[in-house]
Amino acid sequence: MLGGFSWAGASAQLTEIVLAVLLAPLLLGWVNQCRAWLQNKSGPGVLRPYLMLRKLMEKDAVVAHGASPLFRVAPYIVFGCMVLAVAVVPTLGTDLPYAPAADAIALVGILALARVFISLAAMDIGTAFGTLGARREMMIGFLAEPALLIVLFTASLISQSTSLATTVETLSQRELAIYPSLAFAGVAFTMVSLAENARIPVDNPATHLELTMIHEAMVLEYSGRHLALIEWAASLKLFVYSCVGIALFFPFGIAQGGDAAGLLLALPALALKLAIGGFLLALIETVSAKMRIFRAPEFLGTAFMLAVLALLLHALLET
Amino acid sequence: MSVTPLAAALAAAAAWLAIAALGVCAPHALRFVARVLYPLGALVALALAAIALVAITQPPDETVLPLGLPDLPFHFRIDALSAFFLFILGAVSAGVSVFAAGYLRPGEGAQPGVQCMWYHLFLASMALVLLANDAYAFMVTWETMAVSSFFLVTSDHRIAEIRRAGYLYLLIAHVGAIAILMCFGVLHGFGDYTFATIRQVELTPFWATVAFLLALLGFGAKAGIVPLHVWLPEAHPAAPSPVSALMSAVMLKTAVYGMLRVTFDLLHTQVWWWGVVALAIGLVTALFGVVFSAVQSDMKRLLAWSSIENVGFIMVGFGLGVTFAAYRMYGLAALALTAMLYHCLNHAYFKSLLFLATGAVLHATKERGLGKLGGLIHRMPWVAWLALVGALAIAGMPPLNGFVSEWLLLQAFLFSPQLPASYLNMLVPVAAAAVALAAALSAYVMVKFYGVVFLGQPREEKLAHAHDAGLLERIGLVWLAAGCVAFGVLPVQVIALIDYVTGPMLGTNLSQATGATHWLFLAPINPDRASYSPVLVLMGLIVFTALAWLAVRRFYHGRVRRAPPWDCGYPLLNARMQDTAEGFGQPVRQVFEPFFRMERELPTPFDAAPRYRVTVEDHVWHWGYLPVARLVDRLTALVTFLQRGRISVYLLYSFGTLLVLLFLVR
Repeated sequence: MLGGFSWAGASAQLTEIVLAVLLAPLLLGWVNQCRAWLQNKSGPGVLRPYLMLRKLMEKDAVVAHGASPLFRVAPYIVFGCMVLAVAVVPTLGTDLPYAPAADAIALVGILALARVFISLAAMDIGTAFGTLGARREMMIGFLAEPALLIVLFTASLISQSTSLATTVETLSQRELAIYPSLAFAGVAFTMVSLAENARIPVDNPATHLELTMIHEAMVLEYSGRHLALIEWAASLKLFVYSCVGIALFFPFGIAQGGDAAGLLLALPALALKLAIGGFLLALIETVSAKMRIFRAPEFLGTAFMLAVLALLLHALLET
Repeated sequence: MSVTPLAAALAAAAAWLAIAALGVCAPHALRFVARVLYPLGALVALALAAIALVAITQPPDETVLPLGLPDLPFHFRIDALSAFFLFILGAVSAGVSVFAAGYLRPGEGAQPGVQCMWYHLFLASMALVLLANDAYAFMVTWETMAVSSFFLVTSDHRIAEIRRAGYLYLLIAHVGAIAILMCFGVLHGFGDYTFATIRQVELTPFWATVAFLLALLGFGAKAGIVPLHVWLPEAHPAAPSPVSALMSAVMLKTAVYGMLRVTFDLLHTQVWWWGVVALAIGLVTALFGVVFSAVQSDMKRLLAWSSIENVGFIMVGFGLGVTFAAYRMYGLAALALTAMLYHCLNHAYFKSLLFLATGAVLHATKERGLGKLGGLIHRMPWVAWLALVGALAIAGMPPLNGFVSEWLLLQAFLFSPQLPASYLNMLVPVAAAAVALAAALSAYVMVKFYGVVFLGQPREEKLAHAHDAGLLERIGLVWLAAGCVAFGVLPVQVIALIDYVTGPMLGTNLSQATGATHWLFLAPINPDRASYSPVLVLMGLIVFTALAWLAVRRFYHGRVRRAPPWDCGYPLLNARMQDTAEGFGQPVRQVFEPFFRMERELPTPFDAAPRYRVTVEDHVWHWGYLPVARLVDRLTALVTFLQRGRISVYLLYSFGTLLVLLFLVR
């Protein structure tokens, strides 16, 4: 098998997936807690998302009369896609037996699959809010997805590979030289992550006004365990984007190969980087205001242009 | 004596011609045509697909048939390129013919037997185009294909709009045919017209460029590249759904076949800027097509514009392949052409699946406009779930087939920094970004199409009486959907077949360039460089989804309560408050405004009966075609002064001509 399958690597990867699935809501809780501290509040505690998930799981799922089987199966598919995305991204180490199955382009495709399914589920009920959310989410998607793809291309051109594991290995082994293209790509990636994860300035995850919602409008009809799975998938998506950003732009500390000592050292390194990243995300959310929905294409168009500029810079300066 | 694949393929075309003759002998016998002739045609198509699969692996074979004129017999040849496109023709038309057998209803347009004749004549002429080995046979079969598809498009000829669409289609098809004829004229270099002779001719670079551009113009008019695309959004909706499916899926591919045949087989060397021209045209076509499909209000026009987008992708792959081949980077050219050929196959399957689904919806609801549909997943589950497979495939979602060709194309882009010309290196990132944008927009379009037609609440009461597709229709849809899944999950096996095609064209193929293939992983260049395994992705998806479901049921519960949807306190919500097709297209209208020509009629505050009207039209029609039409009108008006209507004047013309001829002959 390609890449060299080893039981140590497989068990390491399985551990990484399980840890990611279990700890992703912790990242979300940390971001919310930092945001509360920055607003001078005492905050809900970093474990609040787990309590919310348990509360939702115990409730009945209330499904609208006109819902089709697509509506009921979509949360499971979205959750499955996000776990698959976690399996592809190098979080703790680069020895991932599953990595040859999907490269960076396939990762973008898997995230797009999740977005399409949740948009279709939103259109399934046939209310104005659901279709509004679906339309807005797909609009964000068609602008953000190419930008993300181009950012990943820039990294792939530097590392001569679209496989994320190989990219991380190449980028972490270079000397501490700055690639200007990666600087532009980093800014573009930050803008894309803010849009895709439904963060201020693109979308307010805590809003209760339906006309300002993008992501929340799509899941308005979900309740109980379906909503729990979707919220969990959203926190996994934030985790995936954070790990991709860390892997591409700050890959120091990720274990090369599958040795257990390296993985154990990588865990606190990852926790530290995620904590800092979460705090920076909360900072961005606190100092920015949410944009009008009609400004979002400009924001994402800027991200797209920056990503293309990064690619051009790579072609001009670095080859 | 064993039957050669060429003889078998020609026999299949002859069988289709026989079915056509049987059809015209019984023009009104609907049951006979629908239950006997169309399924027979489907069997012949399946046989043709099997023959083509055998023929791909075998060396080329030629024959001469004494049809045609006394001194100009038809030459036929089957090689891997022809066989690949014959496979597409056979496999797709099998599904479409089975669907058409269940689709025929009395009282729609032309008599069923006559329509059967044109249909099978269309299929036979496409098969013969793919087998033709000289310019004469090629042009005769090409014209037969155009004329028979014209009569199929205008099946419902009592409607003026359909007649107009057919006329536009015929006009542009003939403009293209003239360009193809001139291309063959340039290529043959004063020898005879067989392709064997043409292959021996050495053209100067100038004439080779002229031939390439004429071929691009001629075959591009049939494929639907911008600016020669205006017939596609008119003709595809006007035709009956099985015919639209065939035209979109297979006829556009015969044009692509023609391009490949002329560029890589009949012309010996390629010039790099040909590829850049094709790439640029492909990008413009792809973006134009997808942006326009996002704003359509008619199901079939949306799919027709989406076909234009996919033709754009195919041209992009073609352009990249020509550029790489011009720089002698044959391994990378093989990658680009593999992506292009794979996309031809994929598009044939998923576009025909979607057109057939719209046909089923049209029959069930009598509605083509997206504003009157909705909620059909409850009434037509078979059509809805199979159309979901098609919609996800077009959107390029893993692990279906659309994603594989998109993945291969993007991988080909990632290699272009190895090109020697530095300005090309900088052009290519922009091109890759445009391809990514078009692919993302196609996902938007498919969410719109599927969501408005099949999901939500029905927008009209009569939709409650919609019935699902019949057995034959279901078989056709399942055949095509199974193809979408199979080609997505088994790309290595499909590429093994495509390798037989790219090998003779370029001298190398993808497997030779990589040096190692693995049955499970698609790793076109190097496993460390890029690899993708759709089987593992699909298994991963299924495993994780199933684990999530099982864990939730095990640790918690599966209780469900039904309730009305959230109405935010407004008690009078109805189905009209969902998004319309126009509403769903509004973000694209806003973001891509320069692409459209929009005419708005806005009410003033003083209107007693206010109307709000927006028409979104194509700039190309107003900037290109209407001025040409006006010019032709003016020129013909100038010439009409010759037509006096008095016989004495015409006798004077004859006398004058006689005098001039006598003077010249003396």
